[in-house]
Amino acid sequence: MMLSVRKIPVVFSLVIWAAVWEIVGRAGLSTIIPPLSRIVTAAVTVLPTEKFATAALISLRSFALGMAFALIIGIPLGILMARVRGLGRILGMWVNIFVSAPISALVPILMSVVGIGETTVVVTVFLFAVFVIVLDTQVGVAHADRSLVEMARSFGARRHQIYAKVLILSALPEILAGVRLGAIRGVKGVVIGQLLVAIIGVGELFDLYSQYFLMEEFWALVLIVFLFAFAVSEAIAAIERRVEYYASAR
Amino acid sequence: MRRPGAAARARPEIVPVKSHHSVAGQFGWQVISFVFFFGAWELAGRWPISAAFPPFSQTLLALGEMIADGSLARAYASTLQPLVIGIALCGIAGVGFGIAMGLSRTVEWLTLPIFIILQAAPMAAIIPLITYLYGIGLTAKVLAVVFLAAPVIVMNSYKGIRNTNPSLIQMCRAFLGTRRQEVLKIILPYAAALIFTGLRLGLAMGFIGVVIAELLITPTGIGDLITYNSSVAEYPRMFATIASLVAVAALTLNGLERVERALFPPEIRGT
Amino acid sequence: MTMPDDTIVEVRGVGKLYEGGVEALRGVTLAFPRGRLSTLLGPSGCGKTTLLKIIAGLIRPNAGEIRVNGRRVEGPGPERAFVFQDFALLPWASVLRNVAFGLELRGVPPEQRHEIARRQIAEVGLGGFESSYPNQLSGGMKQRVGLARALAVDADIILMDEPFSSVDEQTRRKFQEDLLDLLEHRRKTVIFVTHSIEEAAYLSDQIVLLSPRPGTVSRIIRPEIERGKGPDEIRRDRRYLDTVDEIWQILKQYVA
Repeated sequence: MMLSVRKIPVVFSLVIWAAVWEIVGRAGLSTIIPPLSRIVTAAVTVLPTEKFATAALISLRSFALGMAFALIIGIPLGILMARVRGLGRILGMWVNIFVSAPISALVPILMSVVGIGETTVVVTVFLFAVFVIVLDTQVGVAHADRSLVEMARSFGARRHQIYAKVLILSALPEILAGVRLGAIRGVKGVVIGQLLVAIIGVGELFDLYSQYFLMEEFWALVLIVFLFAFAVSEAIAAIERRVEYYASAR
Repeated sequence: MRRPGAAARARPEIVPVKSHHSVAGQFGWQVISFVFFFGAWELAGRWPISAAFPPFSQTLLALGEMIADGSLARAYASTLQPLVIGIALCGIAGVGFGIAMGLSRTVEWLTLPIFIILQAAPMAAIIPLITYLYGIGLTAKVLAVVFLAAPVIVMNSYKGIRNTNPSLIQMCRAFLGTRRQEVLKIILPYAAALIFTGLRLGLAMGFIGVVIAELLITPTGIGDLITYNSSVAEYPRMFATIASLVAVAALTLNGLERVERALFPPEIRGT
Repeated sequence: MTMPDDTIVEVRGVGKLYEGGVEALRGVTLAFPRGRLSTLLGPSGCGKTTLLKIIAGLIRPNAGEIRVNGRRVEGPGPERAFVFQDFALLPWASVLRNVAFGLELRGVPPEQRHEIARRQIAEVGLGGFESSYPNQLSGGMKQRVGLARALAVDADIILMDEPFSSVDEQTRRKFQEDLLDLLEHRRKTVIFVTHSIEEAAYLSDQIVLLSPRPGTVSRIIRPEIERGKGPDEIRRDRRYLDTVDEIWQILKQYVA
């Protein structure tokens, strides 16, 4: 059994689970689990609808904007915190607190301060993603190979060259790891933000489907969102693997 | 991007993240850090941008009131219940399952892809369904915690087992250790640190889960305090509740990290 | 090649093909004399470690067999003890527990195994470090712990996989001398993997030269250096220098 199992590619186990789901669904064991085939059919019918397109567009836009702010602010801030001792000390504690704090609790604040709408979701995505990006960037730059910096200086590199050619590239593996974790959190941020705001994007659809007990559509949406999250994290992981060769060289 | 300030220019070498400074020095920086953060908060609150953003001083006063009248303590007693139950369930079943996944190739083959997907997935999407199924009671909230916390707990236990130094396993076999001894004396001690890390990260996810559950499912405990005070525009109280939650989560997780470092110092954990 | 009369380990036609098609060893036949130190020497990737682990019973060969004292090897056994290249010490266990670990696995009661371990620790020159942890030790000291652990189970054969590769040169020399000293009293059979020509020539009664992938026996050399002399004299001995030269002449052709 053990040997035979190892030879079959691991994704095939997903086929088994899909089959189990189908059987459980057809057996009617639980009202909340429709057969997988019907969920897929629902996904196919839901996907081209305008309602889904609008929801997806709003959600993607919130995600993209939130992530963009998280990158634009997070990476430079992480670099500064690693290079400017005072800043690193003052902000370090707060970054550490918020990186593991339940950011979901901040959403009500956003709703009352920013208002109930897309901006709230954008800020939620930003808050979910930014702290881990700052933290990993800071660690990456702080641990950047000292001898590389000394090498660059001994060859007369100027400050901006040290940043552009040595520090950032040297910290790239950590920065990318932070970006990947940030993106995973960002997707969670979109979903949580929209669920709490409850009137926009896929969050609205989740609410709608579960209220009207449209289980096939509900699961179809879950599958789509999960696959999207997985695709985002795998895409960044693929970039990470491309720079891994010099992470291992350090 | 701005260039780094004078501090870096005077001292161009890389600043280590953890420098060896005196306890007093560290304490001093912490005080500066608090003053900076709370000062910024106070200023932002006094700026007449939004009535919903109270300054730090008012929030602190509201926090004092809520501690004094016992409403905060009551809310925590009710919120922590599903959190503790959920994490305890994950600690037993999730860790057990992760260990089984690490030890058995068959279990690994069957379940690893699912957990890889679940770890990246926004599990919060399931919460409306949980509400539908289990209504608004304790079960629903416990399930919300379990769903959010389980993937990271299972995956960390699994990784801990699978990352065991293969050389140590070979050593055990070379000295005639049985499979049982291999698991008990090599693999589990090696994995213990990562399993603990997984529980800590799971608890962080659990905090998120319980908050969402209380905001979405039933306004009880902390979620109720937040929702109620927001609806009656008692913003200082709402902020105080949320700030206290962030503080409680941060202190708990930080404490656990300290425990982790004491139990498994880097030189002993071998990972 | 003449077979010594008193052979303890026999390698018969051993071949190893790894999954993925890498052929590490092909048709290796060898005999290791009892109570002697033999080295397996060759360029990296010649399968010397694989051969050693096959002898240890940690890796199964695809072809051929190993016999120890005439009995076919099916797995690790009490008459063989292994010293690992990366030390393989339990990071969470003290030196004492690490050294006693082989006995612990065999179910020897604590008092008894700790007594044996203490003796071995003293013998490898680590007396006083019983309650230290591996991270507090230098590479050379860690490898002494690994050696003490192998000696503690009182196996006839000690298999050492490049034990000095992560140890600095001074420590290495001192350790080599101590090892020779130790073996003189104990009549252990040692099979030693190394990629250092000098180390092989200095330590060995028998040197097995392996060719690069797939590893085959390229030559067997018996330096027959007089062991009575001090280490410094051995390093100036004609036979020692000739052996080093002879090995280099053979290995040179494998260097691309």
